[in-house]
Parts: sequence; C-alpha cells; structure tokens
Amino acid sequence: MTPAEIRGQVLDILENIAPDEDLDSLQDDVSFREQLEMDSMDFLDIVMELRKRHRIQIPEEDYGQLASMASTVEYLTPLMKDI
Amino acid sequence: MVATTSSSHLPDNQRIVLTGIGLTAPNGDSLGEFRESLLNGRSGVSEYEIRYVGKTFAGICRFDERRYQARRDLRRGTRAGSVGVYCSNEAIRDSGLDWPNIDKSRVGIYLGVTEHGNVETENEIFEIKGYDYDTSFWSHHHNPRTVANNPAGEVALNMGITGPHYTIGAACAAGNAGLIQGAQMLRLNECDLALCGGVSESIRTFGIFASFRSQGALAEHTDPTRASRPFDMDRNGIVVSEGGCVYTLERLDDARRRGARIYGELVGYAMNTDATDFVLPNPDRQAECVQLALKRAGLVPEQIDIVSTHATGTTSGDSQECQALRRVFSSSDRTCFNNTKSFIGHSMGAAGALELAGNLATFQDGVCHATINVDQLDPECELKGLVLNEAREVKSPTYVLNNSFGMLGINSVVIVKRF
Repeated sequence: MTPAEIRGQVLDILENIAPDEDLDSLQDDVSFREQLEMDSMDFLDIVMELRKRHRIQIPEEDYGQLASMASTVEYLTPLMKDI
Repeated sequence: MVATTSSSHLPDNQRIVLTGIGLTAPNGDSLGEFRESLLNGRSGVSEYEIRYVGKTFAGICRFDERRYQARRDLRRGTRAGSVGVYCSNEAIRDSGLDWPNIDKSRVGIYLGVTEHGNVETENEIFEIKGYDYDTSFWSHHHNPRTVANNPAGEVALNMGITGPHYTIGAACAAGNAGLIQGAQMLRLNECDLALCGGVSESIRTFGIFASFRSQGALAEHTDPTRASRPFDMDRNGIVVSEGGCVYTLERLDDARRRGARIYGELVGYAMNTDATDFVLPNPDRQAECVQLALKRAGLVPEQIDIVSTHATGTTSGDSQECQALRRVFSSSDRTCFNNTKSFIGHSMGAAGALELAGNLATFQDGVCHATINVDQLDPECELKGLVLNEAREVKSPTYVLNNSFGMLGINSVVIVKRF
C-alpha cells in the first residue's frame, strides 16, 4: 500500500471508532487527541482493527507512534508496503 | 376484615413514592404508548432470527437510542446499557425534577438484571472463531461491557451521577428487586433519589433461546402475536423479550416539598426463596411471599384490586402460580388478576418493573387490562377474578400487587397504593 492508501485505511477505521466526529477537517500533523474525542480504549481499537484487517501486530511500546495521522502513516508505511 | 395500612403510620421520610416512570417495551416507548397498547390488546411480539437458533419470536424494543446517546457511546456500550440510559433519562424527564440542580452524589442507581454479559461473550467468541480462536483478537471492550454493574454504570456515566450504582442479579424477579433496593436505600438515607427498576438485552443472546428450547419451554405458534399465552390450555412456553423500566423513587417528604406528581406509594414488598429446585417454582413459598408483602403493608387480600401475575406461559409455572394465588386470594371477590407477558412476552430483568408500570395507570383510568391470547382457559389456571381477553373496569382501584419470580426459586412481590 502507498502512504495515501494507508491513510485511507486509517481514516476508515477512525470513522468507525469516532462516528460523531467530522473527519473531513482532520489535520494530519496535529494529534488525534487534540482534534477528536478519543481515549486509550479508542487507540486500542485502532490497534485491534489493524490486526484484524491486515494482520499487523503493533507492540505496546510503539503505541505512541499512533498519535497523529502523519505519525501513524509514517509508522505503518514499511509494515504495509507489501500488502 | 380490613386492616389499616402500616405505611400511613410511618413518618414521611420513611414513606416511599414513585414520581417518575421511563420505559421501553416491545409495544411502547413511554407509559402512555404502553398503556394504550395494553388497553387495545396490541401485542409487541414479532418474528425474530438469531444466530444458531434461527427463526423464532421475540419482543423487540424500538426506542430512539440516539435521543440520549452519541453514536460513540452506543458503539462503546451494551444494549442493556442503552436501555438503562433511555429509561433513566425518560424517568427523570417524567418526574419533573430540576435535574441540572440535583446533587448527583445523592442519586442512587439500582437496576435489576436477569443476566448480563452473555451477549458480549457470545459475540466475541463468534468473532474470534474467524481468527481460529486466537484470543489476541478478543476485544479490550469485553470486560467493561460484561462486568455485572455495566447497565447501571452506563447510566451513571451518561447522566453524571456520582452516588452508588449497581445492578441486582435476581433472575426474572429482578425488576421488583431493583425497586425494593431503591426503597431500602432511600429509607437508610443512602441516597435522596433512587433510579431503580430493571433492564434486559436478553434477545441478543442466542443462548437464552437455545436453553429454553432445550428445556421445551420456548413458545411456538403460527402467529407471533399469539405465541405468548399464559393460562391458555395450549400454551407451550416463553417468548423472550427485551425492555426496560426505571422509576424515580423519592421519600414522601421530598416529593411533597417539590410538589411532585405521585404515581403511587410503595406500601409493601417481600422477597423469599423456594430452596427446592433450579427451575421449578414452589407455590408454597410464592404464597408465603405474597402473604408477607400483604402483612408488611398491613393489608388483607380483599383490599387488593389488581394482581399483576408473573406467569410466563410455561405449563407448570403458570398453574403453580395460580395455585399460590388461589390459596391467598380465595376469600376475595374484589381482586382482578391479569398478565402483561401475554402482550410483550417475557422481558426478563425488566419484567417486574414493566408489568407494574403497565398496571399503575389503572389509578388514573380505572381499567384493568386483560390477559390476551386465552382461547381456552386451563382449569389449573382458574382464578375467580382473572381478566381474560377484554379489559375490565375497576371501581376506585387503590392497590396493585405485582408478582415477579425467577429461576433458583427467587420470589418477589411489591404492593403499590394509589396516592
């Protein structure tokens, strides 16, 4: 997957996790928490959905990489390049 | 023989009154809608399909989930939680309480449940089956969704209530048990306002249908609206339903001070246990439970206008309850008996609270709704004042007695007096 495709995948997951939010105005360089009503359980949902959809295992020490859209895509790009 | 009512001798800060009702039933999402359905013989049972069991019948609630919850909260929580949130908010709205200015640390939430957690557990097992039962795909939401206090806790989260909250696991006696708990906590001054009653999400678990079917106790009929038929000769089991009913309970002095509209006063209650069988009821203990509630209320059977029966449509359960009621009420020509499950099926943890609500409106309209779907009355279920198929007018109704019994021999009775 290209970074753009990965972004689309993450956005699709976010639409399920934060269904009340307007994701059209999401700023990629700003943390999710600053823009969306999300807590630690929601971030675990992102991890779980990536595991279910793409069989990607994200170790706990890397959860901080999922802070914003930009950092998430950057982190996932090498992991999803062959998908 | 007429006894005086004990509760009238209590100080007002020990007398407990019902001041608000919020409910969702398969045939109505407010007391007004529910009552209209009961008076017009409108069933809430419909066709239903659930994994593994296939086609069956159920009472499905269609309340507006989004009225009080965001989509995020609905995704995060449980169906029982949503039922509780809807009913609790509706009860507060109905009570006329100045909710923004209520001290939330003095509000208690006491919700009866028949079971909780089966729905989520079944869903998760179904989900990980697709991953060869790898438990790393098991949801982190499982524990907060399945802890036994979940439905009451979701109400607390939604409404910002910081007083005590918990559920009362009491099988199908749970709706009454929630009310009783609320009354006790008010009398103990543990809270100033109790949100109490019962909730059920049971139609979302295939296990309850499968278990009743294995037991030979799941209702079947060609017409879903006629499947739930307590007391009928051809009854063949239970229709499983979801639902909820939450009351605002207050001490009489508080209710009077704010000029509250009062639905009725909880003048008596009792709970006891059969201690005889996992499933089969014991009419001796049921009769004792009714008699204990009457004694505590200072009443004799002749004073009860309506008995809201528990009967679920099983062969033995219905006749044994009637046996217990004949024993207690044989001397009463006044008492009417009805059954609300014939309209909505068995709403499990909500049943006691919902069935009581359906009958409380009699204090306003003077009518006892019927037991519908009885084509041929089982002689074993004959009761002198059984109201069959057509609603009946009641002269100056003053007392409603509500039965609610459950597995493992749990029995509960509450008596509400017109205020």
